[in-house]
Amino acid sequence: MTATSPDRAVTARPAAQPPNYLTEGGSTLRSWLLTHDHKRIAILYALTITVFFFFGGAAAAMIRLNLVTPPGIFAADTYNRLFSIHGIVMVWFFLIPSIPNTLGNFLLPMMIGAKDLAFPRINLLSWYLFVAAGVVALFAVIAGGVDTGWTFYTPFSTMYSNSYVILAISAVFISGFSSILTGLNFIVTVHRLRAPGMTWYRLPIFVWSNYSTAIILVLATPVLAITLALLAVERLLQVGIFDPALGGDPLLFQHLFWFYSHPAVYIMILPGFGVISEVVPCFSRKPIFGYKFVAWASVSFTAVSFLVWAHHMFVAGMSVYAALVFSLLSYIIAVPSAIKVFNWTATLHKGWISFDAPMLYALGFIGLFTTGGLSGLFTANLAFDVHVTDTYFVVAHFHYIMVGGMVSAYFAGLHFWWPKITGRIYHEWWARIAALLIFVGFNLTFFPQFILGYLGMERRYHSYPPEFQFWNILSSAGASILALGYVMPLFYLTWSLYRGQRAGANPWAATGLEWTTPSPPPKHNFDKTPTVTRPPYQYRPEPEPQDAQGHA
Amino acid sequence: MPDIRPEPQYATLEQQADVAVFGMWIFLATEVLFFGGMLFAYTVYRGVYPEGFAEAGRHTKIVIGTVNTVILLTSSFVVAWAVHLAERGRGRGVAVLLGVAALLGTVFLGLKGFEYYQEWHEGLVPGLRFEETGPHAHAMELFYLLYFMMTGVHGFHVTIGIGLMATMAVRAWRGAFSSAYHTPVEITGLYWHFVDIVWIFLYPLIYLVGRSGG
Repeated sequence: MTATSPDRAVTARPAAQPPNYLTEGGSTLRSWLLTHDHKRIAILYALTITVFFFFGGAAAAMIRLNLVTPPGIFAADTYNRLFSIHGIVMVWFFLIPSIPNTLGNFLLPMMIGAKDLAFPRINLLSWYLFVAAGVVALFAVIAGGVDTGWTFYTPFSTMYSNSYVILAISAVFISGFSSILTGLNFIVTVHRLRAPGMTWYRLPIFVWSNYSTAIILVLATPVLAITLALLAVERLLQVGIFDPALGGDPLLFQHLFWFYSHPAVYIMILPGFGVISEVVPCFSRKPIFGYKFVAWASVSFTAVSFLVWAHHMFVAGMSVYAALVFSLLSYIIAVPSAIKVFNWTATLHKGWISFDAPMLYALGFIGLFTTGGLSGLFTANLAFDVHVTDTYFVVAHFHYIMVGGMVSAYFAGLHFWWPKITGRIYHEWWARIAALLIFVGFNLTFFPQFILGYLGMERRYHSYPPEFQFWNILSSAGASILALGYVMPLFYLTWSLYRGQRAGANPWAATGLEWTTPSPPPKHNFDKTPTVTRPPYQYRPEPEPQDAQGHA
Repeated sequence: MPDIRPEPQYATLEQQADVAVFGMWIFLATEVLFFGGMLFAYTVYRGVYPEGFAEAGRHTKIVIGTVNTVILLTSSFVVAWAVHLAERGRGRGVAVLLGVAALLGTVFLGLKGFEYYQEWHEGLVPGLRFEETGPHAHAMELFYLLYFMMTGVHGFHVTIGIGLMATMAVRAWRGAFSSAYHTPVEITGLYWHFVDIVWIFLYPLIYLVGRSGG
C-alpha cells in the first residue's frame, strides 16, 4: 500500500495545473465556509444534499423492507414516522434544492458569462439557512419523529400528532427562506449580469429553466412560510384556524399548502428539464429543436403551475364546478410538458447519438418522465382520480416524475458537468452500468405500484391484504437494485477525483460558454469577460470530439 | 470623498446600484405574498363569520390605529425626502431625516405596544388570555389571532426598518454616501415604503371595516 501513495500524490497535484477556484483562496476549512464564490457554495450544497439523499433513501429502504410481507416488521407508528422522514427529507431537503442549488449555482453565472451571482454573500447565507434547517429537521427526526407525512395536514398535525411537528415545520420554514434567497439571486443575475451579446434568446435552456424555477420559488415559498406559521400558532395556542372542532377550516390549510406545493413540483422538475435540454443536443450533435418553444414552455410552467393546486383536493370537498375547472387546468399543464418531450425527441431524430453516461441518464429521464406525465393525465381526470386518490397509483405517478425524472436529471447533469466541476473524467463503463441499473431498478420498483394502486392498495398503511403481496415483493426487489445503482456513483465519482484522467476544457465538445473556460474554472470564471456573438447549441455532426485529451 | 469601487461581480457602480434596487423589488414581491397568506385567511374568515369579525373590529383601538397611520405616513414622507437629498449628495441632511424617520418608527412601536397592553388587560389575546364570551366569542378569537399575527409580523418589519434607518443615518453622517453612491439609502427607503404600504392595508381591515356595519 505504501508504494501507491506517492503515485497518487503525483496524479492528484501536478505542478502544471493553472490556478482554479479549488486552489485560489486557499483550501482551508475556513476558506470554504466563508467563501463567496458561487462554485464553492455549489460544492457545499452538493455535499449537504448528498447526505440528505442517502438519509431519505435509507428511510425508503426500510419502508420497502416493511412492505415485503403483509403484517410488516414495524409497528404502525414506527412506519408512519419512517414515511414522514422519507417524505420530509426527500422533498424539502433533496428534491427542491438539488439542481438549482448545486448545478444551478455552479453553472448559471458561467453560462451567461458572469463572474458570480448578483449577491454572493446572500448566496452563502442561503446555504447556512439550509444547513440550519437541515439540522433542525434531523433533530426533530431523531428526537421523536413526526408522523404527519410531508404534507402536515391539519387538524392531525395541530391536534393529535406529537409536538415535534413544530420543530419539523420550523425546519421547512427556514429552508423556505433559503429557497427564496436563492431564487431572488438567480432572477437578478439573469436579468442584470449577462455578458455583452448574451440576449434572452441566446440563453441556454438550462438558464431559462432555472430562471423560471426561481420565479416560482420567489412567488410560492412565502405563502408556504405563512401557512406553516399559522399552523404553528394554531398548535401552540389551540385556536382554531384549521381545526374544524374549534371553528377553523382544514380546507383552508390545504388550499394554502397546495398553492405552494403544486408549483413546488415544477420547482423540482423544471431544472431537470434544463439539464436534459443541455445533454440531449450535445450527445445528438444537433441544435435543440424549437429553441424558442422550449424556452417559453419553461416560462409557461411558472404561470400554469399556480392555477392547478386544487387538483390535490378533488375528494376533499370542493364544489363540482371548481373541481371541473381545476381538472381542465391540470390537463393544460400537460401542454408545455409535451412540447418539451417532443422537442427532445425531435432533437434526437437523425442525430449523431452517442450513448455516454450523461446521455443514458437523460434518455432514462425522458422515458420515465413521460410515463409519469402520462399517468398525470389519468389523475387529472376527475372521475379516475376519485378512484385512485390516496392509493399507490398516485405514489407511482409522483415517484416517476420526482425520482425517475428529477433524480435521473440530477445524475445526468452531475455526470455531464463533472469534468467541468472537478477537472476529472470518471470511469465511463461504471457510469453506464449505474445508469442502466437505475433505469431497470426504478421501473421494477414503481411500475408494480401503478398496478397496486389501480387494484386499490392504499398508501401510508404499514400492512395490506395478502393478495397484494406479489406486486409488493417485485417492488421491494426493484428497490434494492435501485439502491445499488444510487450507491455506485458515490464510488466511481470519488475515485475519479484521485485517479480520473484530466478532462481538458471541453471533453464533450459542447458549445455552452461554460466550456470555453478551463476545467476547473478560475476563481472569477473567465479570464476575460466573454462577448457572445452566436445562439446556443451550434452543434454539427462530429463523430470525434475536438478535445482528444479528455475524452476516451 | 471615499473611493468606492464596485464589487468584483459588477462592471460599474451604476450596475451595482441597479442590481441592488432590482433585488430589493423582488424581495418586496415575496413580502407581498408573505402578508398575502394572512390577508387571504382574514378574508376567508371574514366571509365565514361576518358578525363576529364586525364585533371584534369594534373592540379595536381606533385612536391609536389612526395616530399610528399618520405617524407612518409622515415617516414615509421623511424617508422620501432623505432619498431625494441623498441623490444630491447632502449627507448631513440625509442623516437627520433618516434619524427622524427612525424616531417616528419607534413611536409607532411604542404606541403599538401600549395597544397590545390594553388588549391584554381586556382579555383579547387568543390562547393566552381570552375572556370574551357570547355568541361571537370564537369568531372574535380568530379575528384577534389574525390581528396579532398581522400586526406582529408588521411590527417585526418596522423594527428591522428602524435598525436599517438608524444604521444608514450614522453612515450618512460620517459621509459614506455621495451623489455617485447612495444605493443603501435608496433600498432602505424602498423597504420603508413597503412597510408603510402594508400598514395602509392593515389599518382599514383592522380598525375601520368592523365599525362600518353599525
